[in-house]
Amino acid sequence: MTKYSIFSIARNAFSHHKNWPRQWRSPEPQKEYDVIIVGGGGHGLATAYYLAKEHGITNIAVLEKGWLGGGNTARNTTIVRSNYLWDESAAIYEKSLQLWEGLSQDINYNVMLSQRGVMNLAHSLGDVREGVRRVNANRLNGVDAEWLDADGVKEFCPIINVSKDARHPVLGATLQRRGGVARHDSVAWGYARAADMRGVDIIQNCEVTGITRDGGKVTGVETTRGFIGAKKVGLVAAGHSSVLASMADVRLPIDSHPLQALVSEPIKPVIDCVVMSGAVHVYVSQSDKGELVMGAGIDSFNSYGQRGSFHVIEHQLGACLELFPIFSRVRMMRSWGGIVDTCPDASPLVTKTPVEGLYVNAGWGTGGFKATPASGWCFAHTLARDEPHPLNAPFNLDRFTTGALIDEHGAAGVAH
Amino acid sequence: MLLIECPWCGKRHETEFRYGGEAHIARPEKPEDLSDSEWANFLFMRTNTKGVFAERWYHANGCRQWFNALRHTVSHEFIGVYKMGEKPPVSVQGSEDR
Repeated sequence: MTKYSIFSIARNAFSHHKNWPRQWRSPEPQKEYDVIIVGGGGHGLATAYYLAKEHGITNIAVLEKGWLGGGNTARNTTIVRSNYLWDESAAIYEKSLQLWEGLSQDINYNVMLSQRGVMNLAHSLGDVREGVRRVNANRLNGVDAEWLDADGVKEFCPIINVSKDARHPVLGATLQRRGGVARHDSVAWGYARAADMRGVDIIQNCEVTGITRDGGKVTGVETTRGFIGAKKVGLVAAGHSSVLASMADVRLPIDSHPLQALVSEPIKPVIDCVVMSGAVHVYVSQSDKGELVMGAGIDSFNSYGQRGSFHVIEHQLGACLELFPIFSRVRMMRSWGGIVDTCPDASPLVTKTPVEGLYVNAGWGTGGFKATPASGWCFAHTLARDEPHPLNAPFNLDRFTTGALIDEHGAAGVAH
Repeated sequence: MLLIECPWCGKRHETEFRYGGEAHIARPEKPEDLSDSEWANFLFMRTNTKGVFAERWYHANGCRQWFNALRHTVSHEFIGVYKMGEKPPVSVQGSEDR
């Protein structure tokens, strides 16, 4: 496999870039693997990569029912940040941000991480107190955080409306300068290529239809391409986690909802940071192509349909225009939905299950993209050692029995 | 956009309603006898059906009544609505996708 570098670009320029090799193989499934990862999105591919890299386990298959990164990895708004309130969350998301910062070099693939700064706006006295508290909590956890007053917000993002006459005036914001955006497809492709180079079999168009067990222990999975044996199975299927877990009679505290996002027509560079507002509820950034990328909250009802209702988009565009009157004549180009797996405490599950050899990585809800590297890193540790890493130990299934919930509703800086 | 048929008011726009999640989760008869894991099952564990799903809706901006509905969670098609306390008009188990 070619290592990507300026020299490989120069070399391939001589043949008009017609001879670049395929980025990963498309192997037939073997009869048995040490580990099967169900779900070929960012989290699943990252898990396979870190299993191979950190733990030397390479007899792995990643099974994907569609195509790589065709689910939520391709449907999110690509925001990366780690300014979560609670210690457990700050630790795992900060680990993720640190992995992001070295990721392009690590996997030899440009994930186009752009640390342009993420602002979380405050619109009420309650928001201000919550924001300042979160800044202090972040700093105590070694996460960079600043508090900006309204003038500071205006300076950092000049097009924002900070008028005192606004219905929900901007009173200030938290700012994480190390936050930003990354290129979503590159994350899936980069991890796939890096995992494949280490011997991981990536098998697309292969849907898991059953999980076989013998005496309470996992023995493999039934798929649309036949039975594949496995000593360990990791479910990393986002919105379909409950469906897969139910195949092994495991109940999860997850509801699947549509989360919609949309982009505008491409316009000239106008916003060079990420702006999020939990109160009027929209988040906005601008892609390298010039499109404004926007998202907000989930549709209320349970769904696996990858689409939502129009009034949710209407609401988030109303919020957008409240903050950015300058966008009033920008036309929206397309919208789409992904199916997010929401937990009651808005925190994920990266955990063993009551079934021996079955592991679940799910419940990332509306904020999974930023967690991709650490999610895979921690889940690989859990799969390899049969015990969680201290970073993901709090994100277990038992917390719903013991009551040790990690309530990130709102505490994460944006309503979920 | 969902068009939801309230059993009292007829078909109304989705924005008039609040969603109540999975239906038929019975409140424990004797809460004091429940173990922690039974509490977890009652409070947090959900079926999250892909297919025909029994769920609750609240006509918040209308008659302010709760009711149940059967809806397909992929097509979003409503199979039927029925009042609180009533059994689903068709078997949910038999019509599930999985």
